[in-house]
Amino acid sequence: MVTRYAVPYADPYLLPMVALLSAIGVTMIYRLNPDDAFRQSLWIVLGVLLFALTLLTLRRDYRIVERYKYLFGLGALVVLALPALPGIGQTINGARLWVKIGPLQFQPGELAKIMLIVFLAGYLRDKREVLAQGRLKDFGPLLVIWGASMLVLVQTNDLGSALLHFGIFLAMVYVATGRVSYAAAGLVLFVIGAAAIYTVVPRVESRVSVWLDPWADADGTGYQSIQSLFSIGNGGFGGTGLGRGTFTTTDGNAIIPFLNTDFIYSAIAQELGLVGSAALLLVFMLFVARGMRVALMVDDGFSKLLAAGLTFGFALQSFIIVGGVLRVIPLTGITLPFVSYGGSSVVANFVLLAGLMLVSNRANARA
Amino acid sequence: MNKPIARLAVVGTSMMVLLVVATTYWQAWAAGGLADRQENQIERVAQFTIKRGRIVTKDPAAVLARNRPKRVAGRTLFFRQYPPGGLAAHVVGYSTQARYRTGLERSRNDYLTASNQNLSTLLESSLDKLKGATIEGNDLVLTLNMRAQRAALQGLAGRCGSVVALEPQTGKVLVMASFPTYDQNVIERNFVRGLQRIQAPCKPVAPLYNRATYGLYAPGSIYKVVTAAAAIDSGRYTAGSRFHDPGYCEVYGRRVNNYDTTRPFGNVDLRQALVNSINSVFCNIGKELGSKLLVEYSKRFGFYETPPLETPDNERVASGLYDDGKLFDPKLDSDVDVGRFAFGQERLLVTPLQMAMVAGAIANGGIVMEPRVIDRILSPKGTIVTRSRADELRRAVKPETAATVASMMRAVVESGTGTAAQVPGLVVGGKTGTAETGVAGTNNAWFIAFAGRERPEVAIAVVLEQQNGTGGELAAPIARAVLQALLPRAANS
Repeated sequence: MVTRYAVPYADPYLLPMVALLSAIGVTMIYRLNPDDAFRQSLWIVLGVLLFALTLLTLRRDYRIVERYKYLFGLGALVVLALPALPGIGQTINGARLWVKIGPLQFQPGELAKIMLIVFLAGYLRDKREVLAQGRLKDFGPLLVIWGASMLVLVQTNDLGSALLHFGIFLAMVYVATGRVSYAAAGLVLFVIGAAAIYTVVPRVESRVSVWLDPWADADGTGYQSIQSLFSIGNGGFGGTGLGRGTFTTTDGNAIIPFLNTDFIYSAIAQELGLVGSAALLLVFMLFVARGMRVALMVDDGFSKLLAAGLTFGFALQSFIIVGGVLRVIPLTGITLPFVSYGGSSVVANFVLLAGLMLVSNRANARA
Repeated sequence: MNKPIARLAVVGTSMMVLLVVATTYWQAWAAGGLADRQENQIERVAQFTIKRGRIVTKDPAAVLARNRPKRVAGRTLFFRQYPPGGLAAHVVGYSTQARYRTGLERSRNDYLTASNQNLSTLLESSLDKLKGATIEGNDLVLTLNMRAQRAALQGLAGRCGSVVALEPQTGKVLVMASFPTYDQNVIERNFVRGLQRIQAPCKPVAPLYNRATYGLYAPGSIYKVVTAAAAIDSGRYTAGSRFHDPGYCEVYGRRVNNYDTTRPFGNVDLRQALVNSINSVFCNIGKELGSKLLVEYSKRFGFYETPPLETPDNERVASGLYDDGKLFDPKLDSDVDVGRFAFGQERLLVTPLQMAMVAGAIANGGIVMEPRVIDRILSPKGTIVTRSRADELRRAVKPETAATVASMMRAVVESGTGTAAQVPGLVVGGKTGTAETGVAGTNNAWFIAFAGRERPEVAIAVVLEQQNGTGGELAAPIARAVLQALLPRAANS
């Protein structure tokens, strides 16, 4: 209803696809842990409220946010730095990604992702011509962001988020300048930086060696990855059927830790099989295709960059976690958008959806 | 800006395509390999959703393994329960989550979990799987006689050793006892401490080993049965061949003594030599026949190959000459001290099962039967899935040879070193053995025998390890007790 009122011309597929993904997620979480499913539902309600709020406040012209782009950029940095602050920062499972204020606990990284995209969309629209000329001094901001992303990586000990933020940045620079060399150079820089960190941070190093050969320490560091592959393999073509998969040992302990967050894909793959997981990935793919279509159709630079950034962020995040679970890339713990259990992720991704809907509304209204 | 966006869209969708490809790889291409890996917790758990077949004996009826259903995380899992504790632990083995499986639980897992599919059962079990019905396994019916099995463990009475009894004509294993034993019910929850608590007067204690098929012992004088059979079967000797016993025998210029050197037997024949277990006579026979022929005859009885049985292959070992822990087949006579080999010393090591097969071959007219411990396998509905047949392993010696050696062995029990194995109403033939292991007070006390009312019905081998006494004193009474348990009517008449 809010959608009808606020963004009547928005892409009609985006919201139903998100509803489908959220439904699959809640169903799977309910099957694994009913208490978590209840909490997830509350988060989804909150996400939808925020989604509606975003639509309502920005329905006239969301491009006013472009004016506050530096505020968003600064906000992103502040929010990213929050977990590092003593007192409210929380280290969970070796990564300093959490902020705890009173009873509330959330991962600010998810929010930072969107702020970063808004900032980049605004900033790059300003500077795209200058950047495209390729003068050396204009690489300043690029290097600054590269440095910041590496800092985030070291600070939070989390390869996944760093990869995500930097990937989004590179994609948007590429869209803005149309120069593949920038993206390639950025990628090389990232690989060099990551390689340096690989040797310094033991956690990153173990992630990579597990990725190369998880069987080397099948009961230790490779355990989670291997049992997740067993879970996926057990699904086979048709899956075991919902509720019929095996996720606990004979004494009732979970076989795979973090099953309903990082590893929800391997749970889905086991119970729904190749048919179900491929269908799920197709929904992700359709979402990406629709999002990119919005970016293509809308006519102003800021909107194009915003839509492309939001969509690519969504695609890359899905790829990083599912690819990690499938051993396509080293495993890093981030959430699968809309599906994984996790409040901050659900809320942030609903805001992301609101952004895409606003842009598509504008694109279709003008067409 | 549209060109880069279009390219970015291709990148984004390609990433999803790559994920679909990767999922396909793990779920279709690599799935089989993943399921076979031992680390796979899901496969292990899946085994517990199957109602495993029971393991039972008939005559007298006993349940050796059954299921204990338990609800875990919303579904029924079937855990194993072994009502007689350690009574036949080494044959039955265990099936657990923590320690995987051993024994028949391991080697016959496919029958017990009903995964031994053929075309006609495949459809049925696939339908069951679709319906989510619990899969029920097949029951194993063993040939063991639990009354005699209990008698054997009671006879061992806390001493380390083993008892194996077979039906000579069929190869059915009637008794397979090994001490120290363990309670299979402690394996899942209390493996380390549960086993550490087991005490036994031998080193290593090794309660998990099936000494009947995995224990290698120096045989000593019981091996004279094989040497005597070889001597007679080769046509070089008869039961009446004459020998002179000076109390020792010379091999490569060194003396090999009799068990009691102070009392040489003088002029004897082969029969008397076996009855009184005279080392020097068998030493001379060995020198005459040569190691090649002796090894050849041992192979005819089944040495140098792992004896067939339904338990897992890695729970059985071959008997024969061992060098540095490996089977060793002498190419030259000088490779082996043939005189000592002939009366069961040298580097000869045998399993109780193999020696029961030797006694069985003598009792069965010279033919070694394949030992087997599963009589039949029954489906959950009670129909027979398979019934095991009596199979010949091979002919070891001619029937006449077997008859002659059998009569010599009867004389051992009537008037020789094995009188402690006499059972009223039964014809018993046997041979004692007291094998030196090189350390004083750590002899292996052996007895092998066959017995029956008219014709032999049971062949038996008993060994006690690290003992002070002789096979005749220590092992023969155990054989008698087991024979009485196996053939009770004869014993009472």
